[in-house]
Amino acid sequence: MVKPRMEVELAGLRLQNPVMPASGTFGFGEEYEGYLDLNSLGAIVTKSVTLEPTPGNPPPRVAETPAGLLNSIGLQNPGLEVFLREKMPFLRQLRPPVIVNIAGRTLEEYVELARRLDGVDGVAALEVNISCPNVKEGGLAFGSSPEQAARLIRAVRRVTTLPIIAKLSPNVTDVVAVAKGVEAAGADAVSLINTLQGMAVDLERRRPVLGNISGGLSGPAVKPVALYCVWRVAREVMIPVIGMGGIMTATDALEFLLAGARAVAVGTANLVNPRAMAEIIAGLEAYLLQHNIEDVNQIIGALEV
Amino acid sequence: MSSLWQGEVVANTAVGPDIYHLRLRTALPGPRPGQFVHLRCGSSWDPLLRRPLSIHDYNPARQELELLYQVVGRGTAWLAGRRPGDFLDGLGPLGRGFTLPPGPRVALVAGGLGIAPLFFLARVAAAGGYQVTLYVGARSRDGLLRLETLQGLAVEVQRATDDGSAGFAGPVTSLLARHLEYKQYDGIFACGPRAMLAEVAKLAGQRGIPAEVSLEERMACGLGACRGCVVALYGEDGSIAYENVCSAGPVFPAEKIVW
Repeated sequence: MVKPRMEVELAGLRLQNPVMPASGTFGFGEEYEGYLDLNSLGAIVTKSVTLEPTPGNPPPRVAETPAGLLNSIGLQNPGLEVFLREKMPFLRQLRPPVIVNIAGRTLEEYVELARRLDGVDGVAALEVNISCPNVKEGGLAFGSSPEQAARLIRAVRRVTTLPIIAKLSPNVTDVVAVAKGVEAAGADAVSLINTLQGMAVDLERRRPVLGNISGGLSGPAVKPVALYCVWRVAREVMIPVIGMGGIMTATDALEFLLAGARAVAVGTANLVNPRAMAEIIAGLEAYLLQHNIEDVNQIIGALEV
Repeated sequence: MSSLWQGEVVANTAVGPDIYHLRLRTALPGPRPGQFVHLRCGSSWDPLLRRPLSIHDYNPARQELELLYQVVGRGTAWLAGRRPGDFLDGLGPLGRGFTLPPGPRVALVAGGLGIAPLFFLARVAAAGGYQVTLYVGARSRDGLLRLETLQGLAVEVQRATDDGSAGFAGPVTSLLARHLEYKQYDGIFACGPRAMLAEVAKLAGQRGIPAEVSLEERMACGLGACRGCVVALYGEDGSIAYENVCSAGPVFPAEKIVW
């Protein structure tokens, strides 16, 4: 039997396979170079880039929970200028499309980021983070209402020709409404879910474990929530969905594809096993071969209900 | 280049209250004192994260890695249940280790489990011709770990216990402070509770002795990617920034840390 076709088309990008890192869990790619072939990935997604350098939240920033991870990093990154000067040269020589995740405190900052990234050599698309639960300004403030989300995406749409992926939060009353809002505003794809807001308590010290008090929950613990969000959104919008939330194995990835995700992002798994994405890609291929499926697109959205 | 490996458990024995000495067979590329390995502590996704453990010693001829750890939660409890012949999933060596000074006289200061990386440093420094004084402190005598093995090293061992059950009665930093009144050191290296490290940093700073400390922080990836394990450090210009304990540390110059 011939090797199954793994390519997917997403927001005008051709991905050699549907597997990419989730923003924030893969740094700027170089940290993982010794562990897996970056050129074997479907796409590279950067950590959130902000206009100015962002110091991030006070430690502790991570707390382990049952089959989960709470984090309150707070978007620590060196800012756009340093990103363009020090991170892009490495990223642009890679084969997979580079998706730059952007986060702003204000609508104007998102617009400025998008404007300055438009036309930068090697940037294939923008993922607009409107769902970070760990910053006081911006982030989730834009992603929690369909109107605000749409207004932001519309503003970004006006200043860039790059494909726009809106990254959505599960911390909303109706994720479908937000997805429809950003679709109408010109988003080319949506990615979901970002982390779920949560906290952990240190009984001995009678204090929150995290320096930021609350954080975002990820890992296997959130997978059922993520699957349901992806399934609901994929049925209701025309634009493709990048599914994520607790994907640790090829089996998890296949479940998201069945639920309607055109591609999947692997997050927390990278922090546990730096080879996770390579193993997931190999596992997807093995599954397709075993089940005589010639093209991965045949299983996307093929969930029978 | 760091690596992922499967290490076979050779021995995993209790050496103190909830403290275990683990020996693993694995080929590591030249680990240095102060570096750590990142171990999976479970065969499912719960517990989820790896546990960072300081390298206690490494024998390249036998390809044997030694670790010293305390059972503090579910991950280390699982680890304590591993038996010879079991395999463990490891990552490393990771991080930046200790840097020995040009001068020959070094003081190593260990509080409790802080002996874990300092044992390796003591052995390497002694083998490299350094005059090593190792200060070990604990609450009580049974918390002075691996004493018999320490006595096999060509180092001067100074003991301190809070309850006076062995050696100097009081904090190990008080013992160090007394010795600093008349002893000269070209470098101080410390690992232990944060308050102890801050005290060592103060003592070293007052006398202008270069000091390095090994820090612990809740950690996720271990590779510098997630920025989960940061510590606040002073920059060259006096500004404060968060740096990764996993990749910029875990060993830092004591004067750079915002205590």
